[in-house]
Amino acid sequence: MNVLGALFSALPGAVAQGLVWGIMAIGVYVTFRILDIADLTVDGSLATGGATCVMLIRLGLNPWLALLCAVASGVIAGLVTGLFITKCGIPPILAGILTQLSLYSINLRIMESKSNQAVSVDKYSLLASQRYVRDFSILNPLVLLTVLLLILMILLYMFFGTELGSAVRATGTNQNMARAQGINTKFNTVLGLMLSNGLVAMSGALLAQYQGSADVNMGRGAIVIGLAAVIIGEVLFGKIFRNFFLKMLAVVLGAVIYYIVLQIVLQMGLNTNDLKMLTAILVAVFLSIPYWKGMLDAKKAGAKKEGK
Amino acid sequence: MLQVNSIYKTFNPGTVNERVALDGLDLTLNDGDFVTVIGGNGAGKSTLLNAIAGTFPVDSGSIILDGTDLTGLPEHKRAKYLGRVFQDPMMGTAPTMQIVENMALAARRGDKRGLKWGITKEEHEKYHEMLKILDLGLEERMTAKVGLLSGGQRQALTLLMATLKKPQLLLLDEHTAALDPKTAAKVLEISDMVVKKNSLTTMMITHNMKDAINFGNRLIMVEGGKVVMDVSGEEKQKLTVAELIEAFSNI
Repeated sequence: MNVLGALFSALPGAVAQGLVWGIMAIGVYVTFRILDIADLTVDGSLATGGATCVMLIRLGLNPWLALLCAVASGVIAGLVTGLFITKCGIPPILAGILTQLSLYSINLRIMESKSNQAVSVDKYSLLASQRYVRDFSILNPLVLLTVLLLILMILLYMFFGTELGSAVRATGTNQNMARAQGINTKFNTVLGLMLSNGLVAMSGALLAQYQGSADVNMGRGAIVIGLAAVIIGEVLFGKIFRNFFLKMLAVVLGAVIYYIVLQIVLQMGLNTNDLKMLTAILVAVFLSIPYWKGMLDAKKAGAKKEGK
Repeated sequence: MLQVNSIYKTFNPGTVNERVALDGLDLTLNDGDFVTVIGGNGAGKSTLLNAIAGTFPVDSGSIILDGTDLTGLPEHKRAKYLGRVFQDPMMGTAPTMQIVENMALAARRGDKRGLKWGITKEEHEKYHEMLKILDLGLEERMTAKVGLLSGGQRQALTLLMATLKKPQLLLLDEHTAALDPKTAAKVLEISDMVVKKNSLTTMMITHNMKDAINFGNRLIMVEGGKVVMDVSGEEKQKLTVAELIEAFSNI
C-alpha cells in the first residue's frame, strides 16, 4: 500500500516529464518516421535548448522569449546536420554524431564552462516548474504543457498538409519520386532536420525549467528515449490511430507511458543507473519485432507451400 | 523540340571500372515525336534518358528542350519540363502517401511549393475522374496508401502522374519490363492513349521488338553510346521483328 501511495504521488511528475519529452519525441518522429533518418543531433540539441533557455532567463530575459531563442538554437543545430548531409555528403548518422559532439563543447560555452546551471523558480517566473506539479492551480506545469502540445500538434498537422509539408513527406518516403516531381530533396531534408531539432530544443528548454537547471549531460541518450516513446506509441495505438494528428498523440502518450512505467520500476527498487540500459533494451526489442515477425511469416508461408 | 548535342558520359573514369556510356550521342526530336528506343544491355539507352532527366551531369555536350538549356540544371529543376516513368514500379510513387496525395504532388511538378494546402477539394473530384480512365478501380481507393497497390497499378498511376501536368517530354524507361505480360500490355495501352491524347513528345525504351515497331512514329537503336539506327514514318511501319534482330546482330 505504501508503494502504491508513493507511486500515486509520483504520478503527476511522471506525466509532466512525459509531456515534456513528448515534444522531443514528436521531433524524433519527424526525422525517424517522416524523413526516414535516425538523427543523433538530438542528444546535443536537447541540452543546447536547455542551456540557451536557462542562461537567457538568468540574464533576465522573458522566459517565453528565452524559449523562442532555445528553439532557434535547435533549428541552427538541425541546419548544421542538414548541411553535413546534403552539402558534404556525410552519412546521416555520422552527421548527427558530429553535430552532437561539437554541441557538447558549445553547450559548455553557453553555460560558461560549468556542467550545470541552476534557474530557480523563486527568482524567475518560469513557464513550468516541478514545484507546482501537484497543485490545483494555473501554475501547474501540466496545464501549460498540455496546451502547448495541443498547439504544436495542430500547427504540425497543418504544416504537413501544405504543399511544402507534403514535399518533406515525399522526400522522406521516396527521393527518386520526389526529384522527378520537381522537389528539392536536399532542401527538404534540411528543413525537416531544422524543424525536428527546433522541437527537441524546445523540449530541452522546458525540461531545464521544469527541473530547475540545465545540465550538459541532460541529452545523453535522448534519441533512445525519443525512439522508445515513438515505438511504445505505435505498438499500443498504431492499430487505432491512423491519421497524422492521432499518430503524434500516440507518440506523446508513448512518452507519458514510458515515464509512468519508469516510476513504477523505480518504486519497485530498481537502480537508477540501470535505466539507460533498460531503455536501450526496450527500444532494441521493439525495433526487432517487425523483423522477427517478417521472418516468422516467411517461414509459415514456406511451410504452407510445402504442405500442399 | 529536343536537341541532344554530342553528349559524352564516362562512368568511373580513371579506374578499372571505367565505362564509356555515352559516346558523343546526337539526337533531335520533333514536337509530337513518339520514339521507341531499343538497344542491347549496356548500350546506353537508360543512360541517355537519365542524362536528359539530370540524374547525373554529362561530361560534355548539351541538352536543349524547347529552347531551354537543361545541361546545367539539377534533376529537380528539370522535372518542370519532364514526365518520367521508371523501370522499377516502386520508384515513381511515394508508398507511404495516399493515391490522391501522390497525384497532388505530381500536379505541382515544377511549381514553387509553399504553405498553401497540399490538396484542394476540386482536385479530389478531378483525380477521381482521371483515375476512372485507367479502369483499375483506383478511383474507389483514392485515400489508400500507394504502397498497398500492385506493381502494375503503381506503374499506371506513375504514368498518370507524369502526364498530370503536361510535360514537354515524356521519358518511359522500360516501364513495363517488371510487369506480367497482361499488365504490361494494359500499361502500354494506357501509355499510348495518354501520349496520343495529349500529343506528347515521348521517348520509350523497350526490349520488346514488337512493341518497338507497333508503338510510336519513330524508332532509334542505341549501341555503344551512340544512335546507330533511326527510322521513322513509313519505313518504320514496314519494319519486321526479324529485320530488327538482324540489325542487332550486325552491330
